Amino acid sequence: MIEITKLEKAFGKNQVLKGVDLHVKESGICAILGPNGSGKTTIIKSILGMVIPDGGNIEVGGEKIKGNWLYRNQIGYLPQIARFPENLTVAEVIKMVKDIRNEPADEQPLIERFGMKPFLNSRLSNLSGGTRQKVNLVLCFMFNAKYIILDEPTAGLDPIALISLKELINEERINGKVILLTTHIMDLVEELADEIIFLLEGKIFFRGTLEDMQEMTGEVKLERSIAKILMKNSEEHKEMESLPN
Amino acid sequence: MIKIFKYSFFDLIRSRWSLIYFLFFAVTAGSLLYLSNDVGRAVVSLMNIIIILCPLIATMFGVMYYYNSREFIELLLAQPIRRESILLGQYFGLTISLTLSFVLGLGIPFLFYGILGSIALTNFVVLLLAGSLLTFTFVALAFVIAVKNENKIKGFSLAIFVWLFLAVLYDGLFLLSLFIFEDYPLDKFSLIMTTLNPIDLSRILIMLQLDVSALLGYTGAVFNKFFGTSIGFIVSLSCGLFWVIIPVLSMVRLAKRKDF
Repeated sequence: MIEITKLEKAFGKNQVLKGVDLHVKESGICAILGPNGSGKTTIIKSILGMVIPDGGNIEVGGEKIKGNWLYRNQIGYLPQIARFPENLTVAEVIKMVKDIRNEPADEQPLIERFGMKPFLNSRLSNLSGGTRQKVNLVLCFMFNAKYIILDEPTAGLDPIALISLKELINEERINGKVILLTTHIMDLVEELADEIIFLLEGKIFFRGTLEDMQEMTGEVKLERSIAKILMKNSEEHKEMESLPN
Repeated sequence: MIKIFKYSFFDLIRSRWSLIYFLFFAVTAGSLLYLSNDVGRAVVSLMNIIIILCPLIATMFGVMYYYNSREFIELLLAQPIRRESILLGQYFGLTISLTLSFVLGLGIPFLFYGILGSIALTNFVVLLLAGSLLTFTFVALAFVIAVKNENKIKGFSLAIFVWLFLAVLYDGLFLLSLFIFEDYPLDKFSLIMTTLNPIDLSRILIMLQLDVSALLGYTGAVFNKFFGTSIGFIVSLSCGLFWVIIPVLSMVRLAKRKDF
């Protein structure tokens, strides 16, 4: 269970999160959506302790995360950009992360699933962006972590890898994992998400299932629903600005 | 920390730059020994190279390495490990691989020259010590600057400026101030000014060991007069160590509060 209360964060003058309350259920896939700069990554990084919140509270599995670091052994994280020490090989990086986590890992099935065998002994500087992302995927899923956080998981993946990833995510859901996901690819959300959280200007604008969203906006496609919300929002802004004081 | 150190050290020692850095020192030391045919002279010439070059390379590599491993640091931050351990592990990985290139690069030619049996052995060891201290100091300064500045260009320029200031401008400004205030007693002032610059400290450290009074310069002479050779050596060494400890501590402090 991930419990976020009144989370606030500003970067300089830019107030990114304005009191976010979020409760993520015991299992299932939760998609965090929102336009660029709405604070998706900031929420994720706050959960991981990379960003230090200005206010509010975060609990992961009943533990407060402030000043704590051990809770992160329950989390598998897939960052947006994949970069590694350039002169290490893939096998060495996998070994390194295993070494750091100090817990059993099952990387072989993942290596086979993503066809990484031929790359195990090549240096990371020689790999393409998509292949690096696959290394990232292996690192993220190889531990039996209860919480899996995916920040734009599809970046740079080819269609075959994408299908494997979707299968993998579904399997993990069946295994009772809690999966947090951010993405701009709405098909992925429609296919996978049990719950949608829509962020707008640092606040949660909407939360519910796909059906709730369709009901609210009257659109069938998620892409259109989101576009509708955003357009409506910007119109309201314009009206607010044009009102005489 | 040890684990991070281990892997970042392996990563760096395999990079082309470590080899180039090593070869540079090996070739320079070898040719200086060959040309001068005198260990003492070679040490003095090398000192002049080291006190400029070690800080420069440490600064450049420090900034570059931090910016290059930013995304990797993010990945590590998501693991159950302390923030300090990540940064300290990377810091020691870089400094120790640089120091190793430097020590081996100088050491091998001098070993072949028969430094082990020579009376100049301690002089040579002090030279290595000074260069290593400078590497530790300037990598830490570079990390502090890079942690503070998200903008790479700004971080780079600032780091190069710090190097330029301490290596070149500082002495000029110092001499200028001595010249302007020559009517006043300036011994204490110049002592304090010297301890505030790690490059000056290393130079004095080597000079006091070599006992070449002609090369001591004004600050070195004051240092020598004030403390005497042996205490002067201890004082400059401990000031040099402070120049490692303080930047490393502030790096850790900055990293604890930073948003990645």
